[in-house]
Amino acid sequence: MSFDLNTIWFVLVGVLFTGYAMLDGFDLGIGALHLFTQKDEERRLMLNAIGPVWDGNEVWLVVGGGALFAAFPNCYATVFSGFYMAFVLLLFALIFRAVAIEFRSKQPMYWWRQMWDIGFAAGSVLSALLIGVAMGNIAQGVPIDANGEFAGTFLGLLQPYPLLLGITTAALFMMHGAIYGAMKTEGELHDKLRRFAMNSIIFFVICAATTTMATLLYVPHMAERVKDHPWLFSIALANMLAIANIPREFNRSNDFLAFMSSCATMATLMLLFGINQYPYLVYSVPNPENSLDIYNAASSQKTLTIMLIIAGIGVPIVLAYTACIYWIFRGKVKLGKSSY
Amino acid sequence: MDVLTLSRIQFALTIGFHYIYPPLSIGLGLMLVIIEACWLKTKNPVYHQMAKFWTNVFALTFALGVATGIVMEFEFGTNWATYSRFVGDIFGSALAAEGIFAFFLEAGFLAVLLFGWDKVSPKLHFFATCMVCLGAHFSAVWITVANSFMQTPAGYHIVNQGLRARAEVTNFWQMVMSPSSGNRLFHTLCGAWMSGAFLVVSVSAFYLLKKKHEDFARRCLQIGLPVALIASAVQGISGDMSARQVAKYQPAKLAAFEGLFNTESNAPLVIVGYVNERDHKVEGLEVPDLLSFLTYHNPHATVEGLDAIPPEDRPPVAACFLFFHGMVGIGVLLLLVSAIGCYFLRRNKLADNRWFLWILVFSVLGPEIANQLGWFAAEVGRQPWIVYGLMRTPAGLSAVVRANTVLTSLVLFTFIYFLLFAVFIYLLNHKIQTGPHPDDLEPHGKLAIPHLTTGEYVI
Repeated sequence: MSFDLNTIWFVLVGVLFTGYAMLDGFDLGIGALHLFTQKDEERRLMLNAIGPVWDGNEVWLVVGGGALFAAFPNCYATVFSGFYMAFVLLLFALIFRAVAIEFRSKQPMYWWRQMWDIGFAAGSVLSALLIGVAMGNIAQGVPIDANGEFAGTFLGLLQPYPLLLGITTAALFMMHGAIYGAMKTEGELHDKLRRFAMNSIIFFVICAATTTMATLLYVPHMAERVKDHPWLFSIALANMLAIANIPREFNRSNDFLAFMSSCATMATLMLLFGINQYPYLVYSVPNPENSLDIYNAASSQKTLTIMLIIAGIGVPIVLAYTACIYWIFRGKVKLGKSSY
Repeated sequence: MDVLTLSRIQFALTIGFHYIYPPLSIGLGLMLVIIEACWLKTKNPVYHQMAKFWTNVFALTFALGVATGIVMEFEFGTNWATYSRFVGDIFGSALAAEGIFAFFLEAGFLAVLLFGWDKVSPKLHFFATCMVCLGAHFSAVWITVANSFMQTPAGYHIVNQGLRARAEVTNFWQMVMSPSSGNRLFHTLCGAWMSGAFLVVSVSAFYLLKKKHEDFARRCLQIGLPVALIASAVQGISGDMSARQVAKYQPAKLAAFEGLFNTESNAPLVIVGYVNERDHKVEGLEVPDLLSFLTYHNPHATVEGLDAIPPEDRPPVAACFLFFHGMVGIGVLLLLVSAIGCYFLRRNKLADNRWFLWILVFSVLGPEIANQLGWFAAEVGRQPWIVYGLMRTPAGLSAVVRANTVLTSLVLFTFIYFLLFAVFIYLLNHKIQTGPHPDDLEPHGKLAIPHLTTGEYVI
């Protein structure tokens, strides 16, 4: 592993998608939990907990996609055209999620709110599932032909392993969302979200354990990587410690650190995924020689350099004001006149 | 239908629908900056009420812009994968820059704009509004840069051949400042300012007609009408610059815009008319020499016609002519309407001219339609190329996507977009019918004005 431009961009794209998972992950998780509470006020509180930040969070996906397009156009083109229907469905899910948040509380009618609540929840769950299924396919490897084009079918994307990863991702986002929600609310709703969080932790741990076993059994190229580099187990260990820390922080009434532990869970999972994947972007099964990697799918060195300058200028500014905005909206959410 | 036609229809539908919203966000963003500046300066609470009202409308357009915008980024990959491979090195970096410099800024500070009224000081809120407005403008910059590369490619070279051929950047700034990007950006922004200003004007005129919220409406018009007039006037200049640059770099496009089949000196300009494609001529009202004069500032200059272009490289003439003339015609009418509006405003006669107020109410459709027509003219006029002179549109398609797949997604997009549009109009109408909130005349929390209780404030 050498730190050339291509590797740097592999890491940066990974960081963007990890940022997306950590931030929009809780929005989607809140969405997935939305229907579990019946009271309009509670639903509004949950909605407003993510209200000011969700669309900034979605930008991480847009920028991640843009960075993938710019740094690895062949990968972007192959994956997006190959997973056509999956991405179209993801778009619809994200559209419904977005407009449901905006539209829901604009009218008081019961049927109106119920309709957009269902749109919000369904859009969130479907987004989480599809993101997981896409990740699962990338991890498992997909058929690629000699021209670097996807050679499978839409139904071929829905094999057990990717579906399992889809469910695991949904569980992870639900856990993350519940913890974020608990951090942002108080009283009865806070306790309820904590219970959701504890349940979804159990759900997630079961899913994650199953996924790990399935990976070692059914994804030979990843299993080989772990066998060759036993130190990778330390990341897995860190991941488990991060999960175990969540109930501990809850017991100490430190919701913020519970949330940070949940973020660390995601970061370690993505790190593990990235290391196992490197240097491949899309691993080709059954013809590994057709795989897209960070060299044959990349843009020119000149573009990677220009992009690095752009990222070097832009990202610190983005992080600075994003942190400020989260600071402005810190603390428990209250319903006010400008709330959703 | 084949996959090419379906993909083109889907792209046209999704970009057309998306493009209803960003110009409104850009234009309303500018209006919000002006309104909040007035509020900070005068402390007159009606400006606070205006800022609140238009922020709500802004939020609605912004949410739809975000929801439909992400579709565009995905669609380059899903439907136009070969094109994406070909231009990724260039186009991708512009898109990524758009994300980093524009979208984060816009979406981040939007939180403060929408939900920060009670949480930050008025000055910081104003700063956030400026950042949202700036972010919206930046997004126009980068997407126009990316699109301009497709119109007038610059700062690149082609490497490899056949399927592996692609354009790579040789000079980033030359690529960014391609011959058309400056003019086209200016033209796009003026169009966006017009749509924001005319929306404000239209809603306010409606209130004057209904004799509701009259103080609110008058002040909105005092800001909206001058901005509409300035933007429309500047748009005329920008359109002229844009057309002359098209003549220089994309002569086939200009010939199609003007329906000029034969290269001729003293070329006339058709004001209104239609293209008779069978006989290769345009029927309508002509002004002699005007096209030559406008294009080269010389009535005797020779303007290149479609006969100078090989038939396989010609864009569809009738459509281009219609889109372009529609856009220009609407632009001229809007200039006229905003000028008359400003005149009445100055004379304080707006409220007396109910027929004119009705015109103002419907004027909002003008920039919306003209913006759509303008982009259709720009994109259809580029045909048969997807990247002008480098790649033909059919060559840009995804290799692995089949017609029935695109048909499925197209049907779904059509259905969902119609639904969204209906809800958007319903909520916008509801918002307008409800009107500005009287409570907003008494700012509270951090915005409360200490000396307001005395009933005195600076006008």
